[in-house]
Amino acid sequence: MPEGVVREIHEGEYTVDEVVARVESSSGVHDIRMLQRWPVRRGRPVREKLAPVETMVTGQRVIDTFFPIAKGGTACIPGPFGSGKTVIQHQLSKWADAEIIVFVGCGERGNEMTDVLIEFPELKDPKSGEPLMERTVLVANTSNMPVAAREASVYTGVTIAEYYRDMGYSVALMADSTSRWAEALREISGRLEEMPGEEGYPAYLGSRAAEFYERSGRAVCLGKEGRIGTLTVVGAVSPPGGDLSEPVTQATLRIVKVFWGLDDRLAARKHFPAINWLLSYSLYTDKTAGFLRSAIAEEFPAMREQAMSLLQQEAELQEIVRLVGVDALSSRQRMVLETAKSLREDFLYQSAFHEVDTYCSLKKQYRILKLILMFNELGAKAVAAGAPLDRILSLPVRDRIARARLVPESEIDEFEKMEEEIRLEMPN
Amino acid sequence: MLKEYMTISEVRGPLMFVEKVDAVHYDELVEVELTSGEVRRGKVLEAHAGRALVQLFEGTTGIDIQGTKVRFLGRVIELPVSIDVLGRVFDGFGTAIDNGPKIIAEARREINGNPINPYARAYPSEFIQTGISAIDCMNPLVRGQKLPIFSGAGLPHPEMAAQIARQAKVLGVGENFAVVFGAMGITFEEADYFISDFRRTGAIERAVLFVNLADDPVIERIATPRMALTTAEFLAFEKGMHVLVILTDMTNYCEALREVSAARKEVPGRRGYPGYMYTDLATVYERAGRIKGKSGSITQIPILTMPEDDKTHPIPDLTGYITEGQIILSRELHKKGVYPPINVSLSLSRLKDKGIGAGKTREDHAGVLNELSGAYDRGLEARELAVVLGEAALTPGDKAFLRFADEFEGKFVRQSINEDRSIQQTLDIGWKLMTMLPRSELKRVSDAHVEKYMPKASQPATS
Repeated sequence: MPEGVVREIHEGEYTVDEVVARVESSSGVHDIRMLQRWPVRRGRPVREKLAPVETMVTGQRVIDTFFPIAKGGTACIPGPFGSGKTVIQHQLSKWADAEIIVFVGCGERGNEMTDVLIEFPELKDPKSGEPLMERTVLVANTSNMPVAAREASVYTGVTIAEYYRDMGYSVALMADSTSRWAEALREISGRLEEMPGEEGYPAYLGSRAAEFYERSGRAVCLGKEGRIGTLTVVGAVSPPGGDLSEPVTQATLRIVKVFWGLDDRLAARKHFPAINWLLSYSLYTDKTAGFLRSAIAEEFPAMREQAMSLLQQEAELQEIVRLVGVDALSSRQRMVLETAKSLREDFLYQSAFHEVDTYCSLKKQYRILKLILMFNELGAKAVAAGAPLDRILSLPVRDRIARARLVPESEIDEFEKMEEEIRLEMPN
Repeated sequence: MLKEYMTISEVRGPLMFVEKVDAVHYDELVEVELTSGEVRRGKVLEAHAGRALVQLFEGTTGIDIQGTKVRFLGRVIELPVSIDVLGRVFDGFGTAIDNGPKIIAEARREINGNPINPYARAYPSEFIQTGISAIDCMNPLVRGQKLPIFSGAGLPHPEMAAQIARQAKVLGVGENFAVVFGAMGITFEEADYFISDFRRTGAIERAVLFVNLADDPVIERIATPRMALTTAEFLAFEKGMHVLVILTDMTNYCEALREVSAARKEVPGRRGYPGYMYTDLATVYERAGRIKGKSGSITQIPILTMPEDDKTHPIPDLTGYITEGQIILSRELHKKGVYPPINVSLSLSRLKDKGIGAGKTREDHAGVLNELSGAYDRGLEARELAVVLGEAALTPGDKAFLRFADEFEGKFVRQSINEDRSIQQTLDIGWKLMTMLPRSELKRVSDAHVEKYMPKASQPATS
């Protein structure tokens, strides 16, 4: 970018394509208008790229607690059809802690894009109180629209997102679904008679995908104010047959830092979000641990570790149960299974369509987790001291824990009472 | 004046190359006159530097390269449309085959249609009662939805489709409906079953049939669904009718697509199907829905037979990524004698949330759906456990769910081919089944609804 001197600058009301300033540089005089044009396949420049540090809170428990995404980070959601990719992206668009949302419908269903257009004007952004549509941009290319436009749609979306990032906003871009973009690439590559790579995709699929995701980030923007903007990119992937070993999923996994792997079996059991907690990962857990400690509670990251460990143990114990039945387990092992079940049904499970459960603040996430782990700790102690397991499992407070996720944010004091109840009801 | 070319240079499968052509356009309709006098039709797939690649609908057998004449008609394939198409039967290419008079066109429409701008769509939300409990309660169909049936060879999808076509109604609304039926590569017997059923019930008067049978030209199959949908769009958005489109069998359609792709020497995708099959199927399936300001609608029920009953095969897989759910049939249930053999757990209706509830079906619908679904899943798990450990090793809770699963399949899913259950009847059957379970296990229905709807005569055991 050449530097220059402002020769002329106006004040008043102008349309976007009228000249409002003139800058003279070594390459001549440049007219400045409010309307900007940018070639979509080129990333917009920044002064300096920084590492993402802050969590982008989404209000979805399994994500925020276990597999968080940072502002300026990248995530992918691969999954077979019906596993809930679009619902998750819609949830992120509604509740994520971002100032601008760019939603790219890339080769997907028309009715889903219509859903955004109908719902979002009706919903309120919790921070600004304004209709959600006011902070949303929708780039719509339906599956039966031209393939060449589909290939360009993700670039259009990310360029618009960068434009807002350059103003210092935190922007989140949802691409639903990047697999359709890859297929468009394949189609065009075929017409150009290029040598195909794996499964007919062009050999440059990986590098193009990397280039696209690299346009995310946290950055100091151009301009002397040193604005910091962030662009978070979340890409859905639609692997044929749900088989993650295919080229697009694999190329994406090499690039992104967060993997929310959707599982057919969880979806079949109506466990939503169907994010497989044993397969998924986030490379931002360490970075965001500090934020959890300072903003919520010192013990939060440790609680997360403990919960994950219990879920791991459940997976191992289930193998045994499948072979010899649950009676072969000790009381302690059965307690692990029950706690893991509670973690699954009362914490990981979250209903996008329930007016309270659709969004869960970090604070409430911590309180629910605390209840479950507290019950586990005191229950295990009681069992070790000789109390019959069935008695522990039929304590009335368990029902309340099961409904804790439905407690409205405004009644968060209820959690204190529930903790008291656990202590009172538990035999000692 | 139309130019006539005799410059065919090569014939390859259903395709042929014509040289030295002038101003020829993509998708342009082509007439080919063989030396025998026979006239066949085709369309331009590619045109570049004076050379055109033509796809012939009736195939290229018998084409004599020297003497065959090719005429480019200066227009794309158009279908004459008119309200008079109701009650008529056409072949896969839109020519009448019922010995009736030629259709006097109200208009001619290009068969590829136009994608609907998402902003112009009205979101589907009117419940369609099919009279089949496993659909109405568990995976409801909504006006404007595209909900396919994933079947397998030998499973009763023709019977189900005919039953749905017969019984489908929107509650409480005056009907201005039609059925458009597109058959691709099905047998004469299967086509005859549908046509006879429509005739028997008088539904034929409100139906339009496009029939490409198994022995009809394969490439014509590719145009057939587009003919059907163009007609449906005319009836729905220009005549204000509610159209139900049944397309069967999409597997044959995809096979035809693969045949042409192979002849074009295109780099194949999975299992030899073209890499663009997703997009191609989308141009068929996305032609459904409602449009703001228009009173009509198109609801699509495509039918496909999954090769090897494999849901991950490209045909059902890609379809599932496009359609708004799927009704999956189970061979296991079919063998047990359950009709309709719908696998309720694997089936899905993506639009159900906005189409059910008070004022649409009944206030307890969502609760019953979730409860039956959860209980059935547990019953299936118990069944699996019983296979490994034996039924005696199950807990009393598991045994209750196991029995529930059996009754659910036997009484709720199973119904006779002519049984038309109202949504109230369906929900009431669901409540009756729930009395088999302990009240404490029923976590997804409200106490108020239990009070109101659960049959009092046999109250659930409290455990």
